[in-house]
Order: sequence, then C-alpha cells, then structure tokens
Amino acid sequence: MVKKNLVLVGHGMVGQRFLEEFLAQPGAARDWRVTVLAEEARHAYDRVRLTSWFSGTSAEELALCGDSFVAEHGIDLRLGDPAVAVDRERRTVTTGSGQLIGYDALVLATGSYPFVPPVPGHDAPGCHVYRTLEDVAAIKEGATTARVGAVVGGGLLGLEAAGALRAMGLETHVVEFAPRLMSLQVDDGGGAALRRKIEELGVVVHTGAGTQAISTGADGRVRAMSLSDGTELAVDLVVFSAGVRPRDQLARECGLVVGERGGITVDERCRTSDPHILAIGECAQAADGRVYGLVAPGYAMAEAAARELTGEPGSFTGGDTSTKLKLLGVDVASFGDAHGSTPGALDVVYTDTRAGVYKKLVIGEDGALLGGVLVGDADAYSVLRPLAVSRRPLPAPPEQLLLPASAAGSSAVGGAALPDEALVCSCHNVSKAAIRAAVTDQGCTSVREVKACTKAGTGCGSCVKLLGGIVEEELAATGVELAPGLCEHFAHTRAELYEIVRVKGIASFSRLIDEHGTGEGCDICKPVVASILASLGNGYVLDGEQAALQDTNDHHLANLQRNGSYSVVPRIPGGEITPDGLITIGEIARDFGLYTKITGGQRIDMFGARVDQLPQIWQRLVDAGFESGHAYGKALRTVKSCVGQTWCRYGVQDSVGLAIELELRYRGLRSPHKLKAAVSGCARECAEAQGKDFGVIATAEGWNLYVGGNGGMTPRHADLLAADLDRETLIRTIDRFLMFYIRTADRLERTAPWLERLEGGLEHLREVVLEDSLGICADLDELMERHVGTYQDEWAATLADPERLRRFVSFVNAPGTPDPTVRFVPERDQIRPARPEEGGGHRVPALVAGPELEVRTR
Amino acid sequence: MTTTQDTTTAVVEIDCGKRWTPVCEYGQLIPGRGVTALVDGEQVAVFRDRAGALYAVGNTDPFSRASVISRGILGSRGDTPVVVSPMYKQAFDLRTGECLDEPETPDGSAARLRVWPVRVIA
Repeated sequence: MVKKNLVLVGHGMVGQRFLEEFLAQPGAARDWRVTVLAEEARHAYDRVRLTSWFSGTSAEELALCGDSFVAEHGIDLRLGDPAVAVDRERRTVTTGSGQLIGYDALVLATGSYPFVPPVPGHDAPGCHVYRTLEDVAAIKEGATTARVGAVVGGGLLGLEAAGALRAMGLETHVVEFAPRLMSLQVDDGGGAALRRKIEELGVVVHTGAGTQAISTGADGRVRAMSLSDGTELAVDLVVFSAGVRPRDQLARECGLVVGERGGITVDERCRTSDPHILAIGECAQAADGRVYGLVAPGYAMAEAAARELTGEPGSFTGGDTSTKLKLLGVDVASFGDAHGSTPGALDVVYTDTRAGVYKKLVIGEDGALLGGVLVGDADAYSVLRPLAVSRRPLPAPPEQLLLPASAAGSSAVGGAALPDEALVCSCHNVSKAAIRAAVTDQGCTSVREVKACTKAGTGCGSCVKLLGGIVEEELAATGVELAPGLCEHFAHTRAELYEIVRVKGIASFSRLIDEHGTGEGCDICKPVVASILASLGNGYVLDGEQAALQDTNDHHLANLQRNGSYSVVPRIPGGEITPDGLITIGEIARDFGLYTKITGGQRIDMFGARVDQLPQIWQRLVDAGFESGHAYGKALRTVKSCVGQTWCRYGVQDSVGLAIELELRYRGLRSPHKLKAAVSGCARECAEAQGKDFGVIATAEGWNLYVGGNGGMTPRHADLLAADLDRETLIRTIDRFLMFYIRTADRLERTAPWLERLEGGLEHLREVVLEDSLGICADLDELMERHVGTYQDEWAATLADPERLRRFVSFVNAPGTPDPTVRFVPERDQIRPARPEEGGGHRVPALVAGPELEVRTR
Repeated sequence: MTTTQDTTTAVVEIDCGKRWTPVCEYGQLIPGRGVTALVDGEQVAVFRDRAGALYAVGNTDPFSRASVISRGILGSRGDTPVVVSPMYKQAFDLRTGECLDEPETPDGSAARLRVWPVRVIA
C-alpha cells in the first residue's frame, strides 16, 4: 500500500504533541509518511518553562523530542526549513530552502508571534521579545551590560520576564496597560495582592499605563521609555510581552478562512476551510470562536486533529483556561469563571493583606462552584479546579475551602472529594476516573507508573500533588502494597497474564514474552507461565518449551531436597490404601534405600532418590497401579478425609468416597499455589476441612462447602460458601471456585489471602460461582471439563517416551554414573543426607557412605 | 559462550584446561535448560539459551554445596544472562559465574561458579 503524505508545519509544543498523538493512533505509522517543517533549528522544546532557562535549566532539559523519537517513527524532520507557501490546488508546500513537498494532509501548527506595540523605537537594539530560546539568550546577554530593565506587559509571561531581569540584578519595571496585573486571569482584589507581593520583591509596577515611545541614545540603543501617564523611565533593556497574535500568514496567503481578529478558522475536529488542511494550537481559532494562548487547549486540539486524520472520534469544542503558576515566588491561580461573569454568580472572598493572600470563589445560584482566583496560597487549586469544571456541589461550605489549612482543620479537601469525571490533569485531559482505572485495571502502583500510563501530571505538573493523593487512596482501596508486575520481564500480574494467554490462545512462553514482556524471563515468571499454560490445558508439562519453564521440582516430577536428591510421593487418594499398596511402597523404598515418612496429607513420602533413580522408582510404582501425587507441583496435593459414616459411629456421609472422587477429579490441576482439601464425615471435623483451601463437611442433608482456609504460617479458618449441597452441586461449585481462583489469583497466592483480597469478599464469590453474576460459569465449567478430560499421569507419560526419559541422568556424558556428591549416613535405621562435616556436598572428598549405601533394618 | 547454528548433530565441547572434551550433542540441549557433564572429574552445568548461545559453569551451588546448578532456570536480569539455583534461588551470571544476589556464602567463601570455555563443533 502506498503511504499517504502528512506534512506538519511547525514543531513547537503543540506540533510535537500532535506527532505523539498521531503516531499513537492505530495504523497511523502504517498508512502515513510524516514530514515536519520546523522554523527553529532545534527540536520542539518546552516553552512554558522557558523562564527556567535563566535559572540553569539547559536547552536539552527543555527539549520535548529527541533524535530517537524522530528516528523511531521515521519522521522526516527538517529543522530550520520553514514552510513559506502552500499551493492548495496542487497540494504542495514550498519550504524556505526552496523544496516542494506534496501532501495528502497538511497540519498547521505555526503557533503565534509576540505582539510588539508599534511605538517609536520598538525595534531599537536593547528591545527584546520573549518567545524562543534565542530570545532569552539575547535577553541574558543584554542584561550583562544593562542596568535598568522594563517589561511591557503585566501578564503571565511579562511577570516571568520581570522575575528573570530582577534575578539578573537589573532594576526592573513592569508596565501594564490594564488597571491590574494579570488582568485576564485575576480580579482587582487578586491583582492588588499580586502587586503588593511583587513590589515587595523590588519590582516597580506601573498599571494603567501604556508605552508611548522608546528613545535611543547616540549609540542607537535603548535609553529611555515614556509612558502614557507621563512617567519617564531611564531604561537600557526592554522586553515586550504584551500578548501574542496567531501566526496565520501562511494560511491567509493561500486563501484559508481566518477569523476577524486572526487565527485560522477551524471546526471542532480542527479542520480548516480546506478539507486537506487542519490547524491546531495558537494559530487556530477554535470552534468556539476563541484563539487559545495556552498549551492545554493546544494539546487538546492536537489530539482532536490526530484522531480526525485516523478516523477516530474526538473533538475540541473549547478549553479550560484555568492557570496555576508561581510568579516570582508568588502562587497565582485562576480557574473556571474567575470573573464571576455567570448571571447570578456570587463571590466568597478571603483576604489577608499582611500575608499577601487573596482567595475568591465564584459560586453559582445552585451552590455549585463556578470558578475562582487564588493569590499567595494556591494549594487548593488542584482540588477546586476540577470541582469547578465538573460543576459539582462543593464538598464543604465555601468559607471552609478558603480558610488557610491550619484554620480549616480537617476540612481541607483531598482527591476523595472529587467526582470521577473531574478533570485532574487539564494539560493531558485526564479525569479522576482514568487515574483510578490506571491503578485498578492497569495495575499501576505508583505515581510514576500512573504518570507513564495516563500522561497525567507530565504537563505543567500542577496536578501532581492531587494525583499522588488519588493514586494513594486508590491503592489503599484496592489493598495493593507490592508492585503487581510479576517481575522485571512482565509488567502484568499473574491474573492478567492468565487472561492474555486465555484470550489470545497463546501456547508458548516465547510468544508470550516476545509479545507481552521483555528479556529472557526468570525463575519467577517462567514457572508462573508454565502453570498458566498447564491450567489452560496445554498438555504434558515437560513437552517442548514448557520443559524449560518448570521449577526443578516440576521438571523432575519430584521434590528437590537439601543435598540435591529428590523425594517421591505417589498419590493415595483420600488417604485410602490397600495393604498391597502399602507393601509395594515399602518394597520400593527398601529396594532403593529410601527414607520414608507419612505426610500430613495422608500419604507416604520417599526421600533420597537420585535423578537417575527417579524413572526406575516411578516404573515400579506405575506398574503397581500408583501415579504421581503432584507433591512437586503448584497443584492439588491431597484431599484428606476421616473414615466417615462407613466405619465411624458418628459419621453421617461417606467422606472417604467423596474425598477420593474429588482428589481424582482435581489431580494434576495446576494453580497459582498448592491446593489442599479435606472432607469430614460429620461436624466433629476430624479431617480438619476448615483449615484447607476447600473443605467439605458432611451434614444430615448433604455437604457444607468451606473455602479459603489455611494452616501453616498464617492460619485462617475457612468460610462457609454454601450449605447442604447435594453431591452434584457441590462438585460444580468447587469446580467453579477453583477455576475462578486460578483465573484471578496472584502468583503464589493461596486461596486464603486471595479471598481476603477479593473485592466484595465471600458474598462476591458466592454470586460468581452460585449465581453466575459475571457470566463466566460456562467458561469455568468448560475449563474444568477439559482438565478432567485431558488429565494424564505425568510419571507414566514420561516413562512412555524414551526422549523424555533421557533427561533423567546424573551426567549427560556418563548416563550410568551416579552423582558421587549425593551422600547419606544412617540415622534411626534409615538414611539421611550427610552433613558437610560428614562428607555431604561437593567439597569434602572423604567418603563416609556412597550412593549405594545399604541400610539394614533391625 | 559461543553462538552457533542449530544443528542436532553438532557436538558440544568443554575445555577442561588440558583439551576440548566432547560432552553431548547440541540437539540434546533444551533451550532454557541445562545438563550436567562430568569433565575430568568435575561436574559442569551446560546450558543453551533461547537464542542458541551456550554457557558452561560449575554445577555446585556454593550456598547449598549440592550439585544442582544445571537444574536451575535460565533467564535474564537486565541484560545479564543468568541461571537461578533451584536450591535457594540465587542468580548467577552465566558469563562470569558471579552471584548477583549475595557476594559470599554464609561461611564467607566467594559465591562464584567456575566458568568453562564451551564450543560447538559441527
């Protein structure tokens, strides 16, 4: 397919943002070739923080885009080669260097230029504007020889410029035509508070005064400035910061419709009057008829344009012009309807002239917060602005919101007061709901991760504090303490990986890590993936690549012991075993010189087998009708039982029969952690079913099912999930409980902590498995059917395949040779591993007892 | 470490210091898993990673003194290829043998696996 050509004119903040948004759209990189024409000779940089360059922030630190971004996306970026003409008929752009570039879509992001009042002397040496890195570099150089500086314009940038001049040691004046500073953002009261604070810093403020002329000295340089109020200022450096005008000249020249007061006219999808041309940012007059001089609305337009070009929904109908900044150390914020222009709006004002604090809230007739002005203390901005934008009723009486935090006591509002739809980051248009979702759905566990995930807080940064509060609250609510990413290779939790594997039908670790992870994996993620693959019915656990994922226990179908030998546990379902079975196990243990012990799960563990002995031991067991007991796996271990009604005088049901049925049903089921179960034949509970992952206790009517019990280090009594179930319902309920647990639990999370963590707890679990509230029961049932239907004994399967058996040797180049470092000594008529001082392990060569040690019984 | 083509008949050899000793066929090695070879009386754990690269390190886990390193899981820590001891889960750099988790064993000896030159002969 032939790629279409996209030409972006302008590589400022909005242009760069457009590139990021556009290239993030599905198919954008595939369908489009992107050319960027930039006037400046450097990559896009952060103009909002331009003033910080004076205090040491380097141009590199201000950069918003590096060579890697350009290279990675194959962007044809032409620095220092601006567009000079557009031929709309032939759809070409002519660049400054004379090149002709064709386009299928043209995006104009030419920004704005500083307005310089046309007063005499405005272009004399010593006069500056404040827009680019070159401008600030020129001001800095000029300041080295200047003594007195004047800034024309008492707005946001003007005050920043004044601060910079003051910091460079100049006597500094600010000349503002309006009757107050920052007239767009703050009201008279706020302006007065701001003025006092700024004058305290040694800056002379002239409001209600226009610049009439700039006179020059004999050397042609700036010498003085005369104001409309008659003041004469002896200045030798002037910075014009009297507002900006949209750079729409290119658009005008090619006949695009522009607004009366400038700005390329665009609709809500940022389309100009030419369907092939879009315009975004400060050069455009938005659909609401306004030309926005702030970065946040520009970003929103960039996003809308990117989505328009790729056919995705998205629009820009008007922006939030709220602002919070620190000007010369003074916090200033204005948001929503700061001037109270809404009919019926009322003010609530708090002023502390001594402390230089001025706060005003604009309240609507219905009591909702409409906007406000904060000067000197703007901490409440991050909470108040979203409230105003969402038009929600105030969480507390307005006077409490205005009082200083100490006076307001505990009533200070945090993120919790915000509604979900409240916009927290207006630079990147991120709502509180999106931030909460990043934590709950996408597993972010830190502000850093949420910032990376949502971009919230990465613009002006004013919302970071609020963001932190919301993330913290959300984390606390979900009970997550650890980073949920499995390990360095997967940012997903086990449950997420399970869903990925299930939904995408992934059958190999390689594919999973290549598509959803990084690196080569490790001892944490590999066994987890092996378990997930096994849970979802991917066959024999040692086949193909799955073999490489298993922990040594699963890989050897036996349990590694401290000296490198293994123990072997055959399944004894329900703990019921025939005398012949007991004898067989006894004979095998005796013949291989194994140590035997009765386990807590009512079976027999045989210790001391070398790797090369394992198949021989299995063969003997399989021949006698035994199979693997999965003592090595994160899988069902045993279903313990009491003897039950059959023999016991008190029993009311056949607990052994049910235990055997359950153990055979769930044998081999791989899960996030081991699973233990029990069935008691009466309420006396001799099988200790309430200390198991699932436990069943017989009643006169049927069976009570308990789940989430645990023994071990953190004992937990199981919860009664359902009572008096018939056998069929009982089994179906356990099926679903187990599959739901396997689907949603974390790595190595037993059912007890899983149930504690489960949102909605036991009641939710009940709804899921008994009432199918999530509509997943059919899936769960099917998965269990598949498990039951495809179960095979892993020992027999291994023995049946010579290729598989080849792995069970001590030495690949000496298959018959036993490992000489596995040594035992006698103790209590059996063997035990030799301790190091007895010659155990590798380093001490003295042989006390070799691998063929024979142990005689009395 | 040697990277090579995947040919099942190629032979893996280890340099025991005196000569190159053939230990197994390349095709016997499962990617991501290891085998133990007996070379001049020493146990050597030989691994093949997903990309086909080979590593050979001492088989004795310095922490447990058990000969089990070959039964560990292969993986990566950042860019470092590692094997994780199956006993107490310390990770060792496959290229240098160094333990990435603890520099010393509890008895004070260096937690390091010997590294053996390994190659494939077609």
